[in-house]
Amino acid sequence: MNESENRKIEIRSAVQKRLGKIGTHLFLSLWGIIVLFPFYWMILTSVKSYGSYNSEYVPKFFTLAPTMDNYITAFTAVPLARYFFNTFVFTVVTTAIMMFVVILSAFAFARLDFKGKDILFSMFLSLMMIPNELVIITNFVTITNLDLRNTFLGLILPSVTSVFYIYLLKENFEQIPEELYKAAKVDGTSDFRYLWKVMLPISKPTIITIIILKVIECWNSYVWPRLITDDSNYFLVSNGIQEIRENGFGRENVPAMMAAVVVISVPLVVLFLIFRRKIMAGVARGGTKG
Amino acid sequence: MKKNLTAWLCLLPALLFLLIFMVYPLVDVLIYSFEEGYNFASGKFWGTGFYNYSYVLHDPYFIQALKNTFIIVIITVPLSTGIALLISLELSSIKVLRDFFQTVYFLPYVTNTLAVGLVFMILFKKTAYSDGLISLLIQFFGGPSVDFISGPYWAKMFVMCFYTIWIVLPFKILILTAALASVNPMYYKAAQVDATPKWRVFYKITLPMISPMVFYLVITGFIGAFKAYSDEVALFGTDLNAAGMNTIVGYVYDMLYGNSGGYPSYASAAALILFTIVFTITTINLMVSKKTVYYS
Amino acid sequence: MKIVLKHLTKKFPNRNKKIKDEVIAVNDFDFEIEGGKLIGLLGPSGCGKSTALNLICGLEKPTEGQIFFDDIDVTNLPPENRGVGLVFQNYALYPHLTVRENIRFPLENLRGKDKLSKEEMEKRVQEAAALVQITELLDRRPSEMSGGQQQRVAIARALVKMPRVLLLDEPLSNLDARLRLQTREELKRIQVETGITTVFVTHDQEEAMSISDTIVVMKDGVLQQMGKPQEIYDEPVNLFVAKFLGTPQINVFEGKVEGGKVHIDDKAVLDAAGVSDREVYVAIRPEGFIVDKNGALTCKFINREVMGRDTSVVALHDKFLGDNIRAIIPSEEAVDHEDGTVSFSLKPFKVRLFDKATEERIKL
Repeated sequence: MNESENRKIEIRSAVQKRLGKIGTHLFLSLWGIIVLFPFYWMILTSVKSYGSYNSEYVPKFFTLAPTMDNYITAFTAVPLARYFFNTFVFTVVTTAIMMFVVILSAFAFARLDFKGKDILFSMFLSLMMIPNELVIITNFVTITNLDLRNTFLGLILPSVTSVFYIYLLKENFEQIPEELYKAAKVDGTSDFRYLWKVMLPISKPTIITIIILKVIECWNSYVWPRLITDDSNYFLVSNGIQEIRENGFGRENVPAMMAAVVVISVPLVVLFLIFRRKIMAGVARGGTKG
Repeated sequence: MKKNLTAWLCLLPALLFLLIFMVYPLVDVLIYSFEEGYNFASGKFWGTGFYNYSYVLHDPYFIQALKNTFIIVIITVPLSTGIALLISLELSSIKVLRDFFQTVYFLPYVTNTLAVGLVFMILFKKTAYSDGLISLLIQFFGGPSVDFISGPYWAKMFVMCFYTIWIVLPFKILILTAALASVNPMYYKAAQVDATPKWRVFYKITLPMISPMVFYLVITGFIGAFKAYSDEVALFGTDLNAAGMNTIVGYVYDMLYGNSGGYPSYASAAALILFTIVFTITTINLMVSKKTVYYS
Repeated sequence: MKIVLKHLTKKFPNRNKKIKDEVIAVNDFDFEIEGGKLIGLLGPSGCGKSTALNLICGLEKPTEGQIFFDDIDVTNLPPENRGVGLVFQNYALYPHLTVRENIRFPLENLRGKDKLSKEEMEKRVQEAAALVQITELLDRRPSEMSGGQQQRVAIARALVKMPRVLLLDEPLSNLDARLRLQTREELKRIQVETGITTVFVTHDQEEAMSISDTIVVMKDGVLQQMGKPQEIYDEPVNLFVAKFLGTPQINVFEGKVEGGKVHIDDKAVLDAAGVSDREVYVAIRPEGFIVDKNGALTCKFINREVMGRDTSVVALHDKFLGDNIRAIIPSEEAVDHEDGTVSFSLKPFKVRLFDKATEERIKL
């Protein structure tokens, strides 16, 4: 070790650090662009007029004459508002019923004692391994035989239970100290009042997580609605967009299609930007895509 | 006794739904898969046996779907996990813009796959009016004009994998950045004092410490990729057989419904074959992990 | 190797962003650490001693000032090039590696002309393990060992690369009381055997006193006093140092010097020839009291605690600062407290005077 060698090491480490920082930011920005570009492109295309879009052999990266016409087309030429409304109803009702079912079951498993609890719970858990693709076939037949195709009931019923969410909530319920329950019992609180007044407020973060995950799932669901609806009055946005792609707008009207895509994407993106932290924390805790 | 009753009442809705829409279908799908010549309209069949499996396994569409699915799995699972790891590592090394980048990277998670798939389609598709932005970009750098949506197989597969990775990365990045943040910085300081080269810090310290999470992502990644379907529809439309881009799940649905549908027996057989594949791969994964993953 | 700190200062931005003032963790350190010695950096928590250690190590860059190892300026040298070994408070053992792999880890980083063969590495690992007496534990994982054993592994890992300076951050604070006693002797033995300049940080004055060759006492980022343990105990430069060292704590009374005598509550307790009249703090070590019926310092008797070899007399006095006076006297001595009071005379060499305004020591 000597002075001049040390100076060299100092300079080299400082330069390396600086270069590394620059490289890191370049790399991250590149991926940021790859992620954001499709969003930019869909907004950009949605405000280009039909004529100008088709006349651009090399698409322009901006437009000087933005137009809202495509949005009008999107809502008038196809029943986009209808799809929206359907999805909204489907999402709200499915999530509400599921929360009811899930909370009651988690409560029973976490707080109540009954014969066969452990066996039943392990049976529930083993159901978690069953992929949706396996049971969807019979469900399709069942709903068809019940004459529930093209009804909200048919859309909603098979997706109002989730073993995974029951599990998640039950674990959360069980972390509430036993003393609280005993104290409530001494005060003469009924089980359901305790659930409503104590357990649910304490488990609020988990409940919100479950709601968020379910809403995202509902809003984006495609496969089941596609199987169960062929009447466009009952289409959800995913099916609607697929319908638009294949038959919509008479001819290949890309700007209008993009306007529809923007409209469909906006609710969840806005929801995400508002509840960013909650959603990300929730997904990290208990979510997978699909 | 009263307690017992309350409990069962609470469980009743869940039990009912699970029995009708999960347990019964599970049994039923097995039965379907062995009923030969089942007619959906009349509900009649003429025999039992392995014919459905044999039919499916000899169906060129199924073979194509099997091949496509395997290619998607083999390409996207390692690639997406690797890229996510790289991005998460870089993300963990910065402070100022970290929150911003994290938010941006997460966006694809909350978007409707069908809808954004359309954007990818128009970016890659060749039409009468334009070669498509990506193709033009390739031509700008001296490459050939390629139609990624209805052109050659490899081009379609490329878009397919690219889109799949774009869709699955947010979740992986989120999980991995959380895992990286949970590693005690003291270990990095200790390594620095010991003059540990960067790659060695990663390979010897970071990776083992986050290995349970990496492994979790690999398993869920495999399962998810084997079930690929709606991303394909988003890019290539509902008639995936015609596009030559069908997947196993797509094959199941096609057998069930639509122009080629009405064969729940074939669909059941195909679904069970898929389940067997996924189950086998997951088991192998678990066995490998026992040897390599470090659990504290 | 000696370590020289020249006007070393480290400032941090305040954590509370509304406050613009910076926190000065280390303020103008300017001293020399003799080579081959064991140095204790002592101070209450938050006094900046860990920051000082990190500066020497290179994990932090100083705001001002320089650090020299022997005569070479290492101020801006990254830690990996300084040739230091660092033992963390929580040991920072890699949980997924065995003890052998942990100790070998730094050796595997060596490149170029320093690269070692497998056999050489194993030999060095064995030596280091033997030095800290954990040879039989080499194939275990950290989670399968006690805190004391983990501590030894951490030291072995720091020593195996033969550092020129060994740095230890609160090395004993995670151990239970008995183990702490044992380990600190062990630490001293290892330091003497290897002769490596060793700096350790602690908030435990007993620990620092018992094994250090030199103690550096810090408060709020400022160096208070540096010297041999006995020197600092006997000749504290200010009230803070006097109070910080020694258990039970030194007994501090308010008093004044008048006409060459020290007074507590208007009673002359001690000669103070040559000291001008002023308000003072009178600090008396617990062993500086003599029970004496005619003693000038009369206190209210509270209790007598038997501690075996010694007896602790607990008492109260109006001018006493703090809760209880504690005087330590030999067990066989009788304590006369029939009227509820006890009187002491004082051993002059166990009494220290501090100026009330500056809290600086007044030499007698």
